[in-house]
Amino acid sequence: MTALGEATVAAEAEVVPATPGGLRRESAWRRRDRRWGYVFVGPQLLGMTLFVVVPFVASLVLAFAQWDGLNDLGWVGFDNFRTELSDPLFGRAIVNTLLIALITVPVGLGLAVVLAVALERLKTRTLYLILFFAPVVTSSVAVAMIWQQLFRKDGVLSGFIANVFHVAPPDWLGDPHLALIAVCIVTIWSSVGLNVIIFLAGLQNISPSIVEAARLDGAGALTLFFRVRLPLLSPIIFFSTVIAFISSLQTFDTVFILTANAGPDNATRTIVYHIYDLGFGKFQFGPASAASIILLVITLVITGIQFAAQKKFVHYEDGAA
Amino acid sequence: MTAAPAPARTAPRPAGAPAPGRAPRTGRGATRARTTILHAALLLGGLLMVFPFVWMLLTSFKTLPQLLNDPLGLWPAPFTLQNYADAWSDVPFGSAYWNTIYIAVLVVVGTLITAAMAGYAFARIPFRGSKVLFVLFLATQMIPMQVTLIPFYFLMARLGWVDSHLALIVPAALANPFAVFLMRQFVLSLPKELEEAAIVDGAGRWRIFWSVILPNLRPGLGALAIIVALSTWNNFLLPLVILNSQELFTVPLLLQSFRGQFGSVNYGLIMAASAIATIPMLIAFVIGQRRIIGSMAASGLGGR
Repeated sequence: MTALGEATVAAEAEVVPATPGGLRRESAWRRRDRRWGYVFVGPQLLGMTLFVVVPFVASLVLAFAQWDGLNDLGWVGFDNFRTELSDPLFGRAIVNTLLIALITVPVGLGLAVVLAVALERLKTRTLYLILFFAPVVTSSVAVAMIWQQLFRKDGVLSGFIANVFHVAPPDWLGDPHLALIAVCIVTIWSSVGLNVIIFLAGLQNISPSIVEAARLDGAGALTLFFRVRLPLLSPIIFFSTVIAFISSLQTFDTVFILTANAGPDNATRTIVYHIYDLGFGKFQFGPASAASIILLVITLVITGIQFAAQKKFVHYEDGAA
Repeated sequence: MTAAPAPARTAPRPAGAPAPGRAPRTGRGATRARTTILHAALLLGGLLMVFPFVWMLLTSFKTLPQLLNDPLGLWPAPFTLQNYADAWSDVPFGSAYWNTIYIAVLVVVGTLITAAMAGYAFARIPFRGSKVLFVLFLATQMIPMQVTLIPFYFLMARLGWVDSHLALIVPAALANPFAVFLMRQFVLSLPKELEEAAIVDGAGRWRIFWSVILPNLRPGLGALAIIVALSTWNNFLLPLVILNSQELFTVPLLLQSFRGQFGSVNYGLIMAASAIATIPMLIAFVIGQRRIIGSMAASGLGGR
């Protein structure tokens, strides 16, 4: 049966079992097949509905309500949003979060591009990849705890700076400005390796013939980089930028541990820390949910801006997207 | 960084004129010198990257008097293992490791099976609403888990999963739109002929999935397993909110509570605890670095 069926069926677009009996049997198989589609997406569909969609809808509802976690909801309209948007602590959290994103994303990705281009020129690079990638596989808690000790006022970093520049040892985690910079340093340190390997993989995917052709046209190393490699890499850089922005808007672990509870004086308070503090510290579930929704809106707006801007900066080889 | 021996390109080249040859490079010696400088710079950068780990290890072997008297010294003198003995006996690292490992294994297995199933259906089974559902899956990826954290907590409370590992396992395994997306990409890259023969034979979708698709999906599954294991292992916010009992703690959560318990005067002890929490992972990473780095690169490229 198989040998006979294969020849005829292979020519058709839709493949169905070669059963003698024609259309009716075919559609029965397809109907059963369609049911299998639902069975296969079933577990994830159920999980997504229960653990993402339902909590998300609940978050939307809670944002417009007052709730103590036990009794009935009381509707308050936009009060929670009004409270949050006029709360200086939340304003600070938004500014800090945006600052962290605007510092770590360009610096981190720029550094990663430079390192990836340098690594691509080398034949032996395993050692460097291991060294740069090690922080990526380390838990953010351990990372923050190690750096917390490195940033001590009597610690190696401050001592080194004091000795080299003959200044008073900086108090990294005690000074409000330096604390935010410390958070950025740790964020970049722990994520740069990931982007290096992504960009390196992207560079290795560039066809050598394109680079060779440009070189034969007399392009120097800098021209090759800015006119050939960077444009060809730009879709990947764009993708990484979007991801990096989204994840830096969610900064929590580092400010929670490195700058114990987003100190000093809330200098490193981020939006997610604010949500955590309101929800699980002060049990203000309504305002915390309003802050969550604002975080989502900020994320969507920034991602939208990036997608709009990419048309200008991102080069797609096949003209797609 | 790349000091280009710039060819004289001041005058615009007339169209059709022969391309000027490569700039007269100073030969092999210069290239080798440049490579050496590159190696030196990268090595320096790499050492800066691992310095925090090295410093953690060195500090973990120091005694409290040395930390107080000579905070800037690098080498432990005298050398002590007491910090490790103390850290290990002060908090249950053994059970934290066991908790983290078994949670990660269950999340990985659950995610692989359900995400491969859904990815296969979205890629190859024509069913009504498939396109809309897939777009919805992609859209939910835009909702950060932090946005739904509070209702999620109350849902877990309703299910009786607060202070239980179930809250860390079941939702993670059953709701991972990125994994579904990645698996769909991997299934799409398999040749259609693979399953056609089986369909012609009259095999059911379930059998095709288990005996044709899954075995061929092995590289993709391996990559996804590594990504999911890493993110589960390092997850902090959710265990922090869900778990209260110390014997249920995961490694990151235990490490964090350790700092709270012991302050930061004897940071040799804290560094020993950090070393206990990180060194096994780092060793595992060095052993499997090729596959781990490859998987993370693949996921960063969106499964391309």
